[in-house]
Amino acid sequence: MLNLNAFVVGLLFGLGLIISGMTDPSKVIGFLDLAGAWDPSLAFVMGGAILVGAGAFTVAKKRQRSLLGAPMQLSSATELDKGLLIGSLIFGIGWGLSGFCPGPAVVSAAAGQPKAWIFVASMLAGMALYVMIDRRGK
Amino acid sequence: MNLSDFTHSAYIAGLLGGLLIGIAAALFVLLNGRIAGISGILAGLLQADKGDKTWRVLFLLGMAAAPYVYQIASDLPPVTIEAGTAQLIIAGLLVGLGTSYASGCTSGHGVCGISRGSIRSIAATLTFMMAGIITVYLTRHLIGL
Repeated sequence: MLNLNAFVVGLLFGLGLIISGMTDPSKVIGFLDLAGAWDPSLAFVMGGAILVGAGAFTVAKKRQRSLLGAPMQLSSATELDKGLLIGSLIFGIGWGLSGFCPGPAVVSAAAGQPKAWIFVASMLAGMALYVMIDRRGK
Repeated sequence: MNLSDFTHSAYIAGLLGGLLIGIAAALFVLLNGRIAGISGILAGLLQADKGDKTWRVLFLLGMAAAPYVYQIASDLPPVTIEAGTAQLIIAGLLVGLGTSYASGCTSGHGVCGISRGSIRSIAATLTFMMAGIITVYLTRHLIGL
């Protein structure tokens, strides 16, 4: 049941990304381009998602287990550490350079965009690099 | 902009897509007890010590199926990728490294984290949005990439 729901959620998430316009990097860059012909429409994507999400997470936060009995795995961290802020800075630079963040890149790669494959391969290499560095640090 | 422009426009599409993303994130946390964060789901596949690979693969297969399910109803919207190969490779590395250090991306921090009122996620989202805006300003208006 949990695995089936993971598939359904992935599918709905992917459809949401396509419908919203998030899978078009030139549109994402248009959203980030405040000094150019700014396209604010993508602000509605995060707005719409948080509108629904806020209700669900309010319920989820009060529970120890999910409706299907799985443990509720929400982070309890509150510290604004260097990793969070510098990591987000690095991510934002990559996002602005390409117009891709992880979800839309996966959907576009699956749709057969060769340039999205290049991005996804490189992103996975970046994630693997982190795992290697992280392991050495321990 | 008049109302008919609005209703036929990218704003409605953005809102509808956003609501669907919100429903997906809601279903995932309420039924599976997990955050629908794409970078975390991907990164978990690369860590040998994480035994929970099946749901990650199925989530990604669901995402991968999305463009094909969409095409049953309509042609896929046009996609323009302006970045060249070198730029995409550098951007991909930065996104992979950055989201790993930050433990999340647009979905995990931007959607799920803000939805649950996490201070860390709000800070992360403000940071990557600012970094994206500055990067686009520099590359488009100063360097002209």
